Amino acid sequence: MAANLPNQAQVQGGAGVTEPGISHNEHTHHDEHHEQGFLSKYVFSTDHKTIAKQFLITGMLWAIVGGTLSSLFRLQLGWPESTFEWLQPLLGKWIEAGKLNPEFYLALVTMHGTIMVFFVLTAGLSGTFSNFLIPLQIGARDMASGFMNMLSYWFFFISSVIMFVSLFIETGPAAAGWTIYPPLSALPQAIPGSGAGMTLWLVSMALFIVSQLLGGVNYITTVINLRTQGMSMSKLPLTIWAFFLTAILGLLAFPVLFSAALLLIFDRSFGTSFFLSDIYIAGQALPNTGGSPILFQHLFWFLGHPEVYIVIMPAMGMVSEILATNSRKPIFGYRAMIGSLLGISLLSFVVWAHHMFVTGMNPFLGSVFMFLTLIIAVPSAVKTFNWLATLWRGNIRFTAAMLFSIGFVSLFIAGGLTGIVLGNAALDIQMHNTYFVVAHFHLVMGSSAFFGLFAGVYHWFPKMFGRHLDEKLGYVHFWLTFIGVYLVFLPMHYVGIAGFPRRYYAWTGFDTFSQFANLNKFISVAAILAFFAQFVFVFNFFYSIFRGRRASENPWRSTTLEWTTPVVPGHGNWPGAIPAVHRWPYDYSKPGAADDFIPQNVPYSQTQSSNLPYEKEME
Amino acid sequence: MMVSITMIFAAYTSAYIVRREEGNWLEFDLPTGFLITTCIIVVSSATMQWAWFAARKDEINQARTGLLLTFLLGVAFLAGQWTMWGQLVDSRIFFGGTDANPSGSFLYVLTGVHGFHLITGLIFLLVVLRKSFNYQVHSRQMLSIGNVTIYWHFLGALWLYLYLFLLLNH
Repeated sequence: MAANLPNQAQVQGGAGVTEPGISHNEHTHHDEHHEQGFLSKYVFSTDHKTIAKQFLITGMLWAIVGGTLSSLFRLQLGWPESTFEWLQPLLGKWIEAGKLNPEFYLALVTMHGTIMVFFVLTAGLSGTFSNFLIPLQIGARDMASGFMNMLSYWFFFISSVIMFVSLFIETGPAAAGWTIYPPLSALPQAIPGSGAGMTLWLVSMALFIVSQLLGGVNYITTVINLRTQGMSMSKLPLTIWAFFLTAILGLLAFPVLFSAALLLIFDRSFGTSFFLSDIYIAGQALPNTGGSPILFQHLFWFLGHPEVYIVIMPAMGMVSEILATNSRKPIFGYRAMIGSLLGISLLSFVVWAHHMFVTGMNPFLGSVFMFLTLIIAVPSAVKTFNWLATLWRGNIRFTAAMLFSIGFVSLFIAGGLTGIVLGNAALDIQMHNTYFVVAHFHLVMGSSAFFGLFAGVYHWFPKMFGRHLDEKLGYVHFWLTFIGVYLVFLPMHYVGIAGFPRRYYAWTGFDTFSQFANLNKFISVAAILAFFAQFVFVFNFFYSIFRGRRASENPWRSTTLEWTTPVVPGHGNWPGAIPAVHRWPYDYSKPGAADDFIPQNVPYSQTQSSNLPYEKEME
Repeated sequence: MMVSITMIFAAYTSAYIVRREEGNWLEFDLPTGFLITTCIIVVSSATMQWAWFAARKDEINQARTGLLLTFLLGVAFLAGQWTMWGQLVDSRIFFGGTDANPSGSFLYVLTGVHGFHLITGLIFLLVVLRKSFNYQVHSRQMLSIGNVTIYWHFLGALWLYLYLFLLLNH
C-alpha cells in the first residue's frame, strides 16, 4: 500500500491521464482509479459520487417539471377569466375553447405536490447529499453496498419514467391531490384522473418506496459500520447526523405508505373494500361496505408527517454545517443540535393526526395530538436559536451557500410560526384546507428545503465537479428567489385567513372573494417570476461544470473530511490511507490556533498552542 | 446489514400495527388449519437454529440437512397457507368482490404479505444452501447463515404474532 502511494496520487491528480509506468498495477487495490467504460462510469455506476450526481440532475429535471406545472395553475388562479389559447401547443386537448380543463387543473395540483415532495425534495435532496457526503464526511471508500446504491437510483429512475409518462396519457395523470384520499382516488368512474393515471401513480410510488428503502438501508449501514478510525458518533458532522436520522425515518415511514398504496390497489383493482363503504356514484350504489376512508388518512399521514421531516432534516444538517463554516465559528450547541434532531425524529411519529383534526375525531384525541404537535416547536426553536447564536458575532463570509443558509433559517422561522397556529385544533378547524395551510407548508418545508438544497449545491459543487459555481449569478439567484418566495407566500396567508379553500379551480363564483382577485394575480406574477429566476441557477450549474472557476482542495477552509480529498476525488475517495479523525468537526477560530480552522484529521499533538486543558491529555 | 434488515422489518411491523387499528369486522372463525401451519413454522425455526449451531461447529453435513429441512418446512408452510386460503373461500370468505368484508380481506392481505416475505426468505435460504454445498458456510464464515437465521426467526416470530393477533381479534 505505502509503496504505491505516490503513483496513486499521480493517477488521481492527473484526472484520468494514466502514466505509462504505472498502468500495470492499476487493478491491485480497490481504491484505485480503474479504467472504466462510459456506461459503467457514468450510467450504471456504483460510485456514490456519481450516483449522487445522477440523483441531483434527475431531481433538477423534476424540479423544472414541477415548477412548470405550478406556473400553469398559477396562471389559471391569477387570471380565472382569461383564455389560454396560447397554451394549446403545450397542453393540447386540455385547453377546451380557450379554458383550462378543470379536471386537468386538479391533475396539475396533484402532480406538482407529488413531484416536489417526493421526487425533488426527498430523492433529489437526500438522494444527492446523503450519497455524496456520507462516505466523504465519515471517511469511507464508498457506501456499504455500492450495488444496492446503484439499484436505489435505478428504481428511482424507473419510478420517474412511469410518473413522467403518466403526465401524457389520455385520461390525464392522477388528480386526487398529492394525498390521494379515497374514495376519490379509488373509483375510476369518479374523475378521469382516477383511472390509468392513478394506477401509474401507485406503481411509480411503489417503486419509489423500494428506491428509498434501498438507499436508506445503505445510509444507515454506512454510518454505523464504515466510520473511519476515531470518528465516534459524537464527532460526526451534523450533516451526517441529519442524513442518518432521515434514513431511519424513511425506513420506518415509507413502508406504511406502501401498505396504504397496496390496500388502495386492492380496492381499485380487486374489489376489496378497505377504504370504501356505502357510496353512490352517478345514482348507482356501489356494493362496497365496511371500509373506512379515514383509515387511509391515518395510514397516509403516518408516513406523511415523518415525510416532511425527511424533507427538512437533511436541509437542517447542511445548513448547520454551512453556517458554522462561513461564520468561522463552532456550531453553537453541537450536542443540543443532535438532541433536537433526535427529538424531532421521535416526535414526528406521534403527531400525524394533526392533519386530521376535521375528520370527526374524538376531541380528547385531538387535544393529545395538539399537545404533541406543539412540543415539536421546542426542538425546532432549539435549532433556530443555535443557528442564530452561531451567526452571532461571527466572522461571516457571504458566499452564495451562506446566503441560502441564512435564507433557510429565515423561511424556517417564518413558516414555523404559522405552524404553531395550525397545530392548535381549534384554530385549525377554521384554517383547515385554506391557503393559510398552503402558505405554511410551502414556507416551512417547501421553500426552506429548496434553500437547503441550493445551499448544499453551492457549497459542495467544488467537491462534486472541481469547479466553483459563479458567485455573482449565485447572488442574483438568491435575491430573486428569496424575495420571490416571500412575495408569493406572505400574501397567501391573507388569502387563507380570508377563507380561500385550496384546490379550487376558480373563485369567481363567490362575491366574498372578488376583492382578493388582485392579490391572487400578484401571487401568480411573483410565483412565475420566481420560477423563471431558477433558470439562472440551471444555467450557472451546467455552465460551471465545464467553464467554472477551478476549485482548490479546500476552498471554504473547512474542517470536515471531504475537504482532505483531492480536488475531484476518484474511486475510493482518498488516494492513500483514509485519514483518522482526532477532533470534533467544528474547530473554527480556536483561540491560539495558527489558522482559523483545524481540520478533523489534525491530531492534538500538532496544535499544542490552541489545546484546551482537557485536550492536553490527548496530545 | 443485520441492523438494517431488522430496521426494515421493524418498519413493516409498524405498518401492520397501524393497519390493525381498523374496526368494523365481520366475525368469523379462523380455520383450525392455521394452527398446523403455525406448528410447521415453529419447527422450521428450530431446524434453522440447529443448522446454525452445526455450522458453528463445522459439521457441514448437519448444517446442510438443517438448511434443507428448513427450506422444505418453509415450502410446507406456504402450501398450508395456500390450502387455508382455499378453505376460507369454501366458507365464503372472499378477498374481494361483492360478498367481501374488510375482515376477510385483511386476513388475506396479512397472510399474503407475510407469504411474500416468506418466499424471499426461501430464496435467501436457497442461496445459503448453495453456499453450504460449496463449503462456504463454516465456523469462520458465519455471516450468511447468521443473517438467514435471523431473518427466518423474524419471519416465524412475525407469523406467531400475526396468528395470535388474528386469533384474539378476528
